[in-house]
Amino acid sequence: MSPQRRRFLTDTARMAAGCVLAGSGLAWLARDARALPAEALRPPGALPEKAFLAACIRCGLCVRDCPYDTLSLAELGEDGAATGTPFFTARDVPCEMCDDIPCVAACPTGALDKGLTDIDDARMGTAVLVDQENCLNFLGLRCDVCYRVCPVIDEAITLEVSHNDRSGHHAIFAPTVHADHCTGCGVCEKSCVLPEAAIKVLPTRLARGTPAEHYRKGWEEMEEKGAPLVDGVIDLPDRLPGPGTDNLAAPGGFEPAFKLPEGASQ
Amino acid sequence: MKAKTALPVGQEAIREKGWWKAYRFLILRRASQAVFLSLFLLGPWFGLWLVEGTLAGSRTLGVLPLTDPLVLLQGLVAGHWPELTALTGALIVLVAYALLGGRSYCSWVCPINPVTDAAHWLHDRLDLPKGWQPKRHTRLWLLGAVLATSALTGTIAWELVNPITMLHRGLVFGLGFAWALVALVFLFDLFVSRRGWCGHLCPVGAFYGLVGHKSLLRVTASKRAACDGCMDCFAVCPENHVISPALRGKGAETPLILSPDCTNCGRCIDVCSVDVFAFTHRFDPRIEATPEPSPDAPDEMAA
Ligand code: SF4
Ligand code: SF4
Ligand code: SF4
Repeated sequence: MSPQRRRFLTDTARMAAGCVLAGSGLAWLARDARALPAEALRPPGALPEKAFLAACIRCGLCVRDCPYDTLSLAELGEDGAATGTPFFTARDVPCEMCDDIPCVAACPTGALDKGLTDIDDARMGTAVLVDQENCLNFLGLRCDVCYRVCPVIDEAITLEVSHNDRSGHHAIFAPTVHADHCTGCGVCEKSCVLPEAAIKVLPTRLARGTPAEHYRKGWEEMEEKGAPLVDGVIDLPDRLPGPGTDNLAAPGGFEPAFKLPEGASQ
Repeated sequence: MKAKTALPVGQEAIREKGWWKAYRFLILRRASQAVFLSLFLLGPWFGLWLVEGTLAGSRTLGVLPLTDPLVLLQGLVAGHWPELTALTGALIVLVAYALLGGRSYCSWVCPINPVTDAAHWLHDRLDLPKGWQPKRHTRLWLLGAVLATSALTGTIAWELVNPITMLHRGLVFGLGFAWALVALVFLFDLFVSRRGWCGHLCPVGAFYGLVGHKSLLRVTASKRAACDGCMDCFAVCPENHVISPALRGKGAETPLILSPDCTNCGRCIDVCSVDVFAFTHRFDPRIEATPEPSPDAPDEMAA
């Protein structure tokens, strides 16, 4: 091998090795950057995180056009989201769900998808009532604030009434989120009156489970079919509340076969 | 090594042409850098929203989109086909730099340039050694590595560390710890590698160099016959290997500086006391004959 050729080859090998090293370093950072922290929410219409990081050029035009200063660009080492990408923190400034969605209109790349034309279809995250032990409504009070402020009231949050076992004769109005309608705007989290919100908007991947594919909801399928799924099934009488519960008046109840010893807890 | 002449670099030019003409392009360049930055700052500071966004993507007067073509290219290889607005913006930028010289971006727009220039100034002052000098084409390799990483990770990879957009975005939107990266570039250029960042490593400069490969705007050494061999142009040029072919060309060899590495900074025009250099276009082959080339001009130049 001639010296020049040898030199050329070693130089090239050295350069390639350096580039592989630099590239791996970058790739490592890129992997890190994908881990969007739970409290950082993307603007409406944002592509799924992985696609978003390929699309968003970090120009900040969405931030500029948000009339409520909801959005900001992540700063290096201070905010968890990938540096320079737009995000918001619901408890600081939630998304006010503008009808004309200016942030999406501003985005030059399509990182915020122009296919989002109705802000009610936005899915920035999903609200979860994370702390039933501190939620005032769960304690039996009528706070209702999260329910009242929700822009999709009565669809995204409803108040589900149940008996208050503690007082014995009041109701509990449990704020209940319906993920199919929740946009993840974060207004409920922002408005929760507690020092630390009992209702929080989480990224949907954290907020939700997925249905088990093999588990079929018989009652839904029966409704679809309009008849029992399996022919000839005998429908046995249901056991209704009756004696032994506090609903002694209900007809058709059964007397328990034996009485619990006096003083035993139920 | 730099051939030291009787007078420090640039002194002769000041004496011959006056202070303004000896610093003209440096001052214009700093002014241009300041204007490009302040256009973006007028909005957040004074509520004058002429230009919104950052260098990566902006909107001027509410209509004109501009997009950094390298950022967009990374997005493309990462698998995102951008919307028309961003594509249009990138096209405008590409055409502009294809005409004006790709690396004009480096010397007239880039916010990191004042940082590395400052490092170089201090480097000269302290008379520090050259340090590590990787090959000039290292940056092309790095550009390749950046695009490959974007493709493999599906992210706009360079933006995770790019000190240019970090500094710019930082000044316009909030800096975070991005200043540390900028400090790193400064220290690298000062202690590790003389003119290392812009001259050898930066993939953005490499990209713009490719864009401006056949650019219209060029510096010419048309009066090269007048050169007295003071070497001041070599001392101020950030990419001084580009000068020799034009300045030392014999006979009909082109006087144009055709290397895509030339940043069109114009400093050589400033510091030449006999005005060898000038801006022109690439189809201007004029060589102004001065009867007698200076006899003491060295014939072999070290780049
Ligand atoms: S919908 Fe409105 S409030 Fe919400 S992020 Fe976009 S611009 Fe801001
Ligand atoms: S406007 Fe689009 S590309 Fe620009 S920062 Fe916002 S999401 Fe990213
Ligand atoms: S985040 Fe809260 S306020 Fe917003 S839509 Fe969902 S439940 Fe309603």
